[in-house]
Amino acid sequence: MLAEGSLQTEAMPVVEGSGFTAVLQRDLLLAFRHRGDIASPLIFFVIAVTLVPLALSPDPEKLADLAPGIIWVMALLASLLSVEGLFQADFNDGVLEQMVISPQPLYLMVLAKVIVHWLVTGLPLTLTAPLLAMMLYLPATGYAPLLTGLLLGTATFSLIGAIGAALTVALRKGGLLLSLIVMPLYMPVLIFGASSVQRAIEGINVSGPLALMGAILAFAAVVSPLASAGALRISMHG
Amino acid sequence: MWTLFKQWFHKMGSPRWFYYATGRWLPWLGLVTLVCLVTGLIWGLAFAPEDAKQGNSFRIIYIHVPASMLAMAGYYVMAVAGAIGLIWKMKLADMVMKSAAPIGAALTAIGLFTGAIWGKPTWGAYWVWDARITSMLILLFLYLGVMALQYSYRSQDMANKASAILALVGTVNIPIIYKSVDWWFTLHQPATIKFTEASSMHPDMFRPLLLMIVGFYAFYTLVLILNTRVEIIQRERRTRWVGELMGEA
Repeated sequence: MLAEGSLQTEAMPVVEGSGFTAVLQRDLLLAFRHRGDIASPLIFFVIAVTLVPLALSPDPEKLADLAPGIIWVMALLASLLSVEGLFQADFNDGVLEQMVISPQPLYLMVLAKVIVHWLVTGLPLTLTAPLLAMMLYLPATGYAPLLTGLLLGTATFSLIGAIGAALTVALRKGGLLLSLIVMPLYMPVLIFGASSVQRAIEGINVSGPLALMGAILAFAAVVSPLASAGALRISMHG
Repeated sequence: MWTLFKQWFHKMGSPRWFYYATGRWLPWLGLVTLVCLVTGLIWGLAFAPEDAKQGNSFRIIYIHVPASMLAMAGYYVMAVAGAIGLIWKMKLADMVMKSAAPIGAALTAIGLFTGAIWGKPTWGAYWVWDARITSMLILLFLYLGVMALQYSYRSQDMANKASAILALVGTVNIPIIYKSVDWWFTLHQPATIKFTEASSMHPDMFRPLLLMIVGFYAFYTLVLILNTRVEIIQRERRTRWVGELMGEA
């Protein structure tokens, strides 16, 4: 028979932010165990970009004109398609519920999940972009703003997409709905991103649009986990 | 004043009170709407002077301008109602939010459609990628997103909260979208197209427009109340007062 005192489990000290690192590590580990999931958005990106010359024309001049737009639109779509799974697996196996009821701030855990999502989709997309830019004959001056813009822009896409993913995670066919509600919110990033590359090609200073994209990213990083956490609570409890 | 407002706020918490109160207002509101819209339309379409450059085609502004104004204002009505529903858990606010979305979307579509009709004789094309038109199109997408989310949840309570969050996120985004589209437009195309400025309008043209704007506001309120009343009856159908009301009718 146990002593009375030993029945009381010792209250675990709650360390603020330990949920953040735990989710970060877990999600990174999961991502590396499912390498195929990392590859899919990348392959989509490359195939979708390949479609454009097939549909339009292989003419280098035409393609060079369209290259910034094509790459940005396809990166947006690839990011959009991958964000659907952000909370899905955790929702299905109940991990999400544990996160919601845990004493750790949900805000930080959502932020950790978004960071990992960006590391396994946005970052690889950005790194693949120069290859595609070369295939589309993007002028050399466009590469630096393309890369910087995509670095900032895909992170914003992941953050905004998280809100949509959190809102639709409890729905059975959330994918199409997710794109519907998230795409209008992506538009400012697309505008600034694609036009900064265009400006660089035309020899105009690009620090303006890139700074604006940085500002949007900073703003989204503050607001999006808040909205996503609220949306997740609704999706869990109704 | 403040206590009066608080009383009113508490009353608004009761859908039943709202239903009966608006039942008394509706005939008056309907009358105002009818008078403003009919006189405004006849005045604007038949008696206002012809535009020197655009001839008679400019007359579509009597529908285009008020519809577009309310399309914008309607989004804020929806978002504020959603916020009230989220924060104070007011049932009525949720119903207003759900009712406001399709009205706003319809007005945005009317604004875009009348703009396209107006654009053909004025600019020679139905569609121009002008900053304002593009932002209206994005506004329509935002409305459709809220509506799609609203209708895809089985539980009404989840649908309310989820679409309220989306409406609020959209509200935060609207200024960013508008600025970016504006910037995008000035970058891509020199401003060759100039909108007729409302302030420089001749008073004879402007007065019927003002009447139409008032009429559209009244119309919007009327339709919003009617939609909300239907929503109230639908959601409160299991309560006794609705049962009695339906038994009476």
